[in-house]
Amino acid sequence: MDYTFHWRPVIKALPDLFSAALITLEAAILSMIIGIIIGLGLAMMRLYGNKAMYIFATIWVELARNTPALLQLFFFGFGLGAFGWHLSPFMIVLCGLAFNNAGYLAENFRGGFQAIPKAQYNAARCLGMSASQTYLRIIIPQVFKLVYYPMTNQMVWAVLMSSLGMLVGFRELSGETQFLASNTFRLFEFFLVAAVFYYVLVKAILVAAHLLSRRLFTY
Amino acid sequence: MIKLQGVDKSFGDLRVLKGIDLSVEKGEVLSVIGASGSGKSTMLYCINALEKIQGGQILVDGVDVHCADTNVNKLRREIGMVFQQWNSFPHLSVMDNVALAPQIVLGKSKDEAYSIAEKHLKHVGLGDKLQTYPTRMSGGQQQRLAIARALAMEPSYMLFDEVTSALDPELVGEVLDTLRLLREDGMTMIVVTHEINFARDVSDRIAFFHQGVIEELAPAKDLVNNPQRERTQQFLSKVL
Amino acid sequence: MSESASTIQFFTSFSVNDLPFLAQAAGGTLLISIISISIGSVFGCLFGWALYASKYARYILGSILDIFRSVPLIIQLLLFFNFFPILGIPLEPFAAGCIVLTVYTSALVAQVARGGIEAVPESMRRASRSLGMSYFQDMRYVVWPIGARAMLPAWTGVALGVLKDSALVSVLGYLELLRASQILITRTQEPFIILAIVGAFYFALSYPIGKITARLEQRWQYD
Repeated sequence: MDYTFHWRPVIKALPDLFSAALITLEAAILSMIIGIIIGLGLAMMRLYGNKAMYIFATIWVELARNTPALLQLFFFGFGLGAFGWHLSPFMIVLCGLAFNNAGYLAENFRGGFQAIPKAQYNAARCLGMSASQTYLRIIIPQVFKLVYYPMTNQMVWAVLMSSLGMLVGFRELSGETQFLASNTFRLFEFFLVAAVFYYVLVKAILVAAHLLSRRLFTY
Repeated sequence: MIKLQGVDKSFGDLRVLKGIDLSVEKGEVLSVIGASGSGKSTMLYCINALEKIQGGQILVDGVDVHCADTNVNKLRREIGMVFQQWNSFPHLSVMDNVALAPQIVLGKSKDEAYSIAEKHLKHVGLGDKLQTYPTRMSGGQQQRLAIARALAMEPSYMLFDEVTSALDPELVGEVLDTLRLLREDGMTMIVVTHEINFARDVSDRIAFFHQGVIEELAPAKDLVNNPQRERTQQFLSKVL
Repeated sequence: MSESASTIQFFTSFSVNDLPFLAQAAGGTLLISIISISIGSVFGCLFGWALYASKYARYILGSILDIFRSVPLIIQLLLFFNFFPILGIPLEPFAAGCIVLTVYTSALVAQVARGGIEAVPESMRRASRSLGMSYFQDMRYVVWPIGARAMLPAWTGVALGVLKDSALVSVLGYLELLRASQILITRTQEPFIILAIVGAFYFALSYPIGKITARLEQRWQYD
């Protein structure tokens, strides 16, 4: 093996990598927030909506879950580009991830709602609570506990998927790494460090989620 | 007064209630007994509009339960219901379970609701468990919690749907004692139950249901000790 | 087709002649997916059993497999692909992609397999052992059939996921379907048709398999 590892360029670039990692986190968090809101809506449409809502929501969910995430990004990139809507790389990634998150989360939420016994709903209505009070105070808090773990997984997924931003020109962790690596030809060293960053990021998210769950769910 | 007149109820093709006529006066305790599937629980669900009826009328203090204009949420404040599976809210403490509805349905302040809750929880014997979560309590305790929760709304009527059937035998007594307590308080109650002895000792009248019809309706001690109808006699001989 | 003389037309529209190109690329996708999923599943089941059976394996092997689930696939591919020239071994994109996807699949399947084994009721295993079966006979005749059934929905999810993720091998230069679509879009400037066709390909594979599995799972619940 006559390759010498040159770590100096990588170490010099650590601050850049670190801020790129923050961009990754930011994109993932934003796409999750949007994804949760839309996903909740889609789940409600599939559970309680009329026929048109059901069809719309089902199409979204099935498209998001049965096609590659990269294809979805390409759609927001090339597809909208055909109409003259040229989104920035950040927006392409945000829209693509949010679209994808919404689809997967909608299924998780729907399963959660279906798992709550109708008796809980009945008990609350019997006390005189209206339907909306029942959902807000009784049903949704219980659904939240059921879907907490799948949501955590989806958050990790969002962080890992953000790396696709590299292919559409978004300078998150992967994109930045490739940019720096191609300038210095230290591909292996740079990608190794990027891998470590991702690993630490994912572990941190899982630990945070675990600690949060112990505070939120005392039962 | 709760009044049922000619009530018919079907699930699809299956007729579950056939022309039920019944009145329950204020302060009265009526027990309802009968085999599974005879329609007893369904009748309770029709009284507070959890189920729709296909024929007849149900009046609660003169209000038609199944009329489209009736405000069902308002009606349910007057009628408390306790289920076989207590259905406590697992994500709320005992205190919050009881105090929630008074706050958001009756608009009471937090302090008011808490003091009402505490009063009723002490009444059913759960005064020392206010901050506990339901999942950590026994079935009997959760059932008493459910009773306190319904009482906190200060209803005029209480409906009990086989509230001891899902309990381990040694826990049945504490719940029945709570029902006795309510009777002494003067609460109007309709109690669907399998506990015939309890029904005889605590209620004013007993209704025996058979296949969707009230087969016999009589003062409690009379029905149990001296049943008039043959089917009543057959049923009682099997369970006593 | 008339063109103004002052513009040089680089773009030709999407035609039927492009379909064989897409088909070839689809074949590339299927090839790499099937190889990775099958070999990866076999190893994954072995790893899953190891995770179940041994506390040491759970810590050591578990941590290693964890890494493959915590780093984006694209980084794994690039890292691996750039590692081998260092060793002096040339590696072509197809082989590199296969190896990485296989390892990735095995890490995911290991979790699923472990769950499947754990889903077999302890009482059933006690019954088979008390009939005199050895540990491995118990595994082969009792745990495997029951566990495999329990595992099927999750495994299908992993397999379909790998099928979709195979798109990423394109960064190494391997010709699979999404790369082909990118090439065609650049040439024809007709993204919608192409993305629709490519999307339909993945959808046509993923959706029916998913639905069938869901139905099987429901039916098996009543056994």
